[in-house]
Amino acid sequence: MTATEEHAPPAGFGRMKRKEDPRFIRGRGTYVDDVRLPGMLYGAVLRSPHAHARIRSIDISAAEAHPKVRAVITGQTLAGLNLAWMPTLSNDTQAVLATDKVRFQGQEVAFVVAEDRYSARDALELIEVDYEVLPAVVDARRALDPDAPVIRDDKEGRTDNHIFDWETGDAERTEQVFRDAEVTVAEDILYPRVHPAPLETCGAVADYDKVTGKLTVWETTQAPHAHRTLYALVAGLPEHKIRIISPDIGGGFGGKVGIYPGYVCAVVGSIVTGRPVKWVEDRSENLMSTAFARDFHMRGEIAASRDGTIRAVRVTVLADHGAFNGTAQPTKYPAGFFGVFTGSYDLEAAYCKVTGVYTNKAPGGVAYACSFRITEAVYLVERMVDVLAFELGMDPAELRMRNLLRPEQFPYASQTGWVYDSGNYLRQLELAMELAGYRALRAEQAERRARGELMGIGVSFFTEAVGAGPRKQMDILGLGMADGADLQVHPTGKAVLRISVQTQGQGHETTFAQIVANELGISPDDVEVVHGDTDQTPFGLGTYGSRSTPVSGAATAVVARKVRERARIVASAMLEVSPDDLDWDGSRWFVRGDPDKGKTIAEIAMAAHSSLELPEGVEGHLDAQTVYNPPNLTYPSGAYICVVDVDPGTGTVQVRRFVAVDDCGVRINPMIVEGQVHGGLADGVGMALMEVIAFDADGNCLGGSFMDYLLPTSMECPSWELGETVTPSPHHPIGAKGVGESATVGSPPAVVNAVLDAIRVRHADMPLTPAQVWRAIQGRPLRTDLAIT
Amino acid sequence: MRITVTVNDAEYTREVEPRLLLIHFLRDELGLTGSHWGCDTSNCGACVVWLDGKPVKSCTVLAAMADGRAVRTVEGLERDGRLDPVQQGFMECHGLQCGFCTPGMMMTARWLLDHNPDPAEAEIREAISGQVCRCTGYENIVRSVRWAAEHPAEVTA
Amino acid sequence: MQVPSHVEYQRATSVEHALSLLAGPEARVIAGGHSLLPMMKLRLAQPELLVDINGLAELSFIRLDGDELRIGALARHADLLGSAVAAEYFPILTDAERVIADPVVRNWGTIGGSLCQADPSEDLSAALAALRATAVIRGAGGARTVPVREFHTGPYETVIGPGELLAEIRVPVLPHSGSAYRKVKRRAGDWPVAAAGAVLQLGAGNVIETAGIGLTAVGAAHFTAAEAERYLAGRPADEESFAAAGEIAGRECHPAADQRGPEDYKRHLAAELTVRALRQAAARARGEG
Repeated sequence: MTATEEHAPPAGFGRMKRKEDPRFIRGRGTYVDDVRLPGMLYGAVLRSPHAHARIRSIDISAAEAHPKVRAVITGQTLAGLNLAWMPTLSNDTQAVLATDKVRFQGQEVAFVVAEDRYSARDALELIEVDYEVLPAVVDARRALDPDAPVIRDDKEGRTDNHIFDWETGDAERTEQVFRDAEVTVAEDILYPRVHPAPLETCGAVADYDKVTGKLTVWETTQAPHAHRTLYALVAGLPEHKIRIISPDIGGGFGGKVGIYPGYVCAVVGSIVTGRPVKWVEDRSENLMSTAFARDFHMRGEIAASRDGTIRAVRVTVLADHGAFNGTAQPTKYPAGFFGVFTGSYDLEAAYCKVTGVYTNKAPGGVAYACSFRITEAVYLVERMVDVLAFELGMDPAELRMRNLLRPEQFPYASQTGWVYDSGNYLRQLELAMELAGYRALRAEQAERRARGELMGIGVSFFTEAVGAGPRKQMDILGLGMADGADLQVHPTGKAVLRISVQTQGQGHETTFAQIVANELGISPDDVEVVHGDTDQTPFGLGTYGSRSTPVSGAATAVVARKVRERARIVASAMLEVSPDDLDWDGSRWFVRGDPDKGKTIAEIAMAAHSSLELPEGVEGHLDAQTVYNPPNLTYPSGAYICVVDVDPGTGTVQVRRFVAVDDCGVRINPMIVEGQVHGGLADGVGMALMEVIAFDADGNCLGGSFMDYLLPTSMECPSWELGETVTPSPHHPIGAKGVGESATVGSPPAVVNAVLDAIRVRHADMPLTPAQVWRAIQGRPLRTDLAIT
Repeated sequence: MRITVTVNDAEYTREVEPRLLLIHFLRDELGLTGSHWGCDTSNCGACVVWLDGKPVKSCTVLAAMADGRAVRTVEGLERDGRLDPVQQGFMECHGLQCGFCTPGMMMTARWLLDHNPDPAEAEIREAISGQVCRCTGYENIVRSVRWAAEHPAEVTA
Repeated sequence: MQVPSHVEYQRATSVEHALSLLAGPEARVIAGGHSLLPMMKLRLAQPELLVDINGLAELSFIRLDGDELRIGALARHADLLGSAVAAEYFPILTDAERVIADPVVRNWGTIGGSLCQADPSEDLSAALAALRATAVIRGAGGARTVPVREFHTGPYETVIGPGELLAEIRVPVLPHSGSAYRKVKRRAGDWPVAAAGAVLQLGAGNVIETAGIGLTAVGAAHFTAAEAERYLAGRPADEESFAAAGEIAGRECHPAADQRGPEDYKRHLAAELTVRALRQAAARARGEG
């Protein structure tokens, strides 16, 4: 067998090689920085060195005089176009280019457009900004102090840095349970500020054609249609003349959902110069100014019985949103889906309160595969369960077994109103323990401990709520979260599927073809998946929150079934029987009782385009369209076990093993599912052990490069060991739940629990760098969101 | 200044500024956009190409330094339309997701296999330890390289 | 990605040619460029002229010459890591190279470049200080030698003047010796949180004749734990001596708190890693590997 021999792909679900790979392995992907248009100019952003400062003046004359510079845009320029401020996805406003003040280090102050990228960079140095430095709000826990500087004095009547309060659950009932519980534990738990840091930074090429009035923007965006609508609303450009193209994207992870000032500047630059303008940020801009993730200061409490029954969970959260509230959240959920902090357990009561505050830091909070704050919720509850285990002297796996929801309890309405669709949690954790050899690991741990060697075993169990969402409950800036899907089958039986979600590596060109293939009985190679170009695809809210499979995947199944039903009618005309006399065998409509008389989709497609007489009221061709409004979210789950070895003399941690048993319902392509899990597990190693964006007292960002913001390499990651259970989602057309963010959600607590288990410390905050581990062993852990002094 | 660089066996002579980085020369001057860039501090390895037969981070080399030298990029991995086993391996074993780190990973993998045709998993992990992937968690990259080691269709060095 | 400001470029055809080019103001050597170019991209360094010495084969060698290992300034990190003679006589160098940067950077970055960058966290500075190596600097007037322990005059500053070039490093072979290097980092390829290198020459009865201890990233003067070295001379090569030497090393350095760690942790590491390096150096000296 030669290396290039073709394997016939399965007609439907199953492992198959990706259809998108041939271009990538040849280096023929088209990412935004690969886009080159005739006459294209390059933009660069001048950014604030200060975290908080008044702008006294900006002198752009020297920059404008640079021979290669074609335009210099400031907040003043934009103010004239009413574009100096733009709405955020959280109904706040964000400065496109600063006018009065700068409010975080790295904030956009001016935009230069030049003939080449090197000249644009040179010209930045020619711009003189006179700043009056102001005291900065850096410690989120001080943001609401009475004497804290007011950051958002651009907003009428603002006297403090408070953004919102939000609560869920039953405060009184929860308090009752805490009062009469046998055991209560409480712990302050920080989920530090981290960053999705996709390998490709954010960027855009904006091309405004003065003659046709058409604006085309190639963008690193996970939500091209939402961007199109927003540009129309905000810039006053007619929406039918705006085309957003999301080409190949080098990773998104939630960092490419929002509209960044650089994109808007590129659009304005193109309008002003009459030429295409490319802006691609460098890595420090990416880390310092684009959507960070987490930054939740949480106080968790558990009320339990001495036998280990968890009765209630209570959480208070201080959420650091940075200088502008730029989180992408469904409107009614300012704290996202943090409400799933009740975890995978059956509780008598639960309550949480979240307070959002402004600080002099970059805007964001929802990104890095968080499933809208579910990473924070899961980390909180899984850390607290281990704190309880520590307090009771109980094995953490056993404690979870005692409290996990039972299969007969599904669908399960949680104390905060979430209806978990399906799950087989006990079996899942059991399987993870089998794969890990849990009992043997505990025995080994005891042996090693006796020799002074520190080995740790960490357990984490999570339930996610993904696939936002039902339009009545979920919208972003008023745009409902339902997705369209269009399917056309050509005369020769080849199909084109147009979807609204945009892949950044998840393999949509393959998996969505497999969904159609499964419904129509044709080869996935005969289904072309079109995505990313708003001129060619139906409306939808984009790819994030693991919603592609739950929402667009459902839409795809539904639209394929519509095509199949239309095909039934055409087949009935071909076979001269009633449609009710036809059955489907997976690839043909055939006459019941006479199976030799049947027609494949390909045959039906040709007939549908032919002169075949069709019944009254039935249109020809073989197309269908649908908009899928999900009835509920879907609830993937996971049981994870991590094994670490800690060097007590240095605090260094080596992740020896990681076992992950995921349940994402029906698995369209197990190879792709496994890849998604692998990637998320690496995220957990990163966040647990090394990733953090900290700030010093002046608001200087200490995580602004890959020398400081450390990403895990092949050396820190073990060989992942995967297993699965499959509990289909009862409401999803193909029973699938989505998996893109599962591993990122479930892995940080598994790694942290393992390290703390090794050193027998009740709690210490991430990242558990060697210094933090050593300090934790000494009983003096560090506070990780601020500079180490 | 004028430089002449051999890239994927073809000679290119261009007028460039001395400060032009090799990665920009390849991408912007020669239109070989298969090599990527992802950071400012020589950490991520998206830009890895071969310079005189050795993998280097082309964001940290001046085009001027490549004058008179030979460069190989991902576009030069396939020969006469035949994919390199490394390229085939990445497809067989799902070694890529977004594809952004992939060209750099494959160039390092090809060099590794040319010098160590049957590497252990630990050796593969070490060889790519200077290159970041945010999608795959490295597992399938390692498997892809093992696949190429086990299916050496032809010698490409 | 960030890009350098304007600069001129000349390729040296000989060492003499390089020296004449370097005599001008604001001229900098570029070899591997993996220390200089990152600084230039961030515009922290803005030389006027880059003198490319990559073609000077006479500076690229690693060889045993009598009782010295001679390492040309242009030797790449990968070459030193793969050098059998270095591994045999000075495993401290192999240990250190294994944890310097990453395999791809090591292909192009040079020994000379790293030393001349004079980063206070640079690993070879500590390893070569422990080895009591000597730097050979060439200038228009000839060559001069400077002990590596006197080579650095401050963070990012060396004794190399205008019109001079680091040509090679010479490491004296010590009979009956062993050496080792130990580093703690937050992640593969990261700069050290702290690192220690030890070189022990053992005499009869397991007594330490000479000790060399190099420290990096902890503010040790001249990358050396001099007091700990003096303590060890004449003492038995045993755990008690090592522990005491480690403690002294931990006290005599001046680590600064930063995102890699607080001061107390770094002092602890200086001590702990000194002990571990000594332990393995002694084992290697005894032929125990």
